[in-house]
Amino acid sequence: MNAIRIREAADELLLDHARGAASAPVDLLVATHVALNPAARRRHRCLEAVGGAMLDTIEPVATAPDALERLFARIDAGHAAEPARAMPAGEERFPAALRARMPGGLDALPWRQVTRGVHEAALGVEDGPQKASLLRIAAGRAIPRHTHRGDEMTLVLEGDFSDEHGRYARGDLAVADGSIEHQPVAGTGTDCLCLVVTSAPIRLTGRLLRLLNPFLPR
Amino acid sequence: MSGEGIEGQAAVLPHAALMLRVAREQDRSAFAELFGHFGPRVKSYLMRLGSDASGAEDLLQEVMLAVWRRAATYDPSQAGVATWIFTIARNKRIDALRRVPRGGLDPNDPALQPEPPPSPDHEAEAVRWEGAIAEAVAAMPREQAEILRLAYYEDISHSDIAARIGVPLGTVKSRLRLAMARLRTRFAEQA
Repeated sequence: MNAIRIREAADELLLDHARGAASAPVDLLVATHVALNPAARRRHRCLEAVGGAMLDTIEPVATAPDALERLFARIDAGHAAEPARAMPAGEERFPAALRARMPGGLDALPWRQVTRGVHEAALGVEDGPQKASLLRIAAGRAIPRHTHRGDEMTLVLEGDFSDEHGRYARGDLAVADGSIEHQPVAGTGTDCLCLVVTSAPIRLTGRLLRLLNPFLPR
Repeated sequence: MSGEGIEGQAAVLPHAALMLRVAREQDRSAFAELFGHFGPRVKSYLMRLGSDASGAEDLLQEVMLAVWRRAATYDPSQAGVATWIFTIARNKRIDALRRVPRGGLDPNDPALQPEPPPSPDHEAEAVRWEGAIAEAVAAMPREQAEILRLAYYEDISHSDIAARIGVPLGTVKSRLRLAMARLRTRFAEQA
């Protein structure tokens, strides 16, 4: 998986979200990504415009003769006001879609230690084998060298990390598949907090760490 | 169908003007006109993606009710009317399938990383680049435009698309990738 392929994989996630085909964890990931990253937001907007352009050229299907009347009747009956969509409370440095998944803030999440300096908290957003979680890597620490059986998508929320493919900062999205073996290292300034979507457990590939694989949670 | 695209493009500005009248004056005749154009198209979209006629009719009510209610939040510098209504229909469809509502992008979110300020002519600009995207799709090789149409409007999964047109899964993926590469040059213009 080279740099071009990684960029393509990220765009495919934007496409899946734009066409309404993404899983719930990927929906959360993309909504957070485009909020933090204006360039991704513009690409995503273009992909939604593709859907809009097609709506204008689609073969129409006649609506029920009373469809518009029914609608005005509902508006007259007081359905006109949009039910208040309260902005999710919580830490404002996180986009709304993510805040909605952590109403008690970061500290209320079920954090567990993965290895020294690395903690993970599930966000309760799952679809089949895919799940979304937060990963916190202490400043300067590394995640053990690993590969993936499935895809792993990592969005940086705070701090930064680097691996063999580059450096990722707030709003950057890294996509890895089974062909990538990497060892992300957090920047030394602050802890690195990431939103991660995985579809299978990671596999440690370091010589001794391999022995830990049977003990990793799914 | 041959006149359809031209008619759709010519209607871009009037649709935005109609939305403005709905937003400012709760103008029902303007809304009826929007319903006349988009209602049958949204119903078609919902049915292509698996709703039966009565389910599509019910969801269409929710979509168009949201268009009425949210008219004041429509921002012509961000999207054309067709794109805006497409995203509402897409989200309503997903919400109906899922118990947990889909978190979307909220323009009032304080966490939103700001974009560079829009140019003075930004409304016309949004219409222009949306037109450019429509043109880019129209100018694609037929098999690429077809794969995009299937991906947005017919079959959600790549394997369903592969089965329908009788090509291997890898071909679906590579054609989608080629279509994306073409669109990427338009992304660059927009950036």
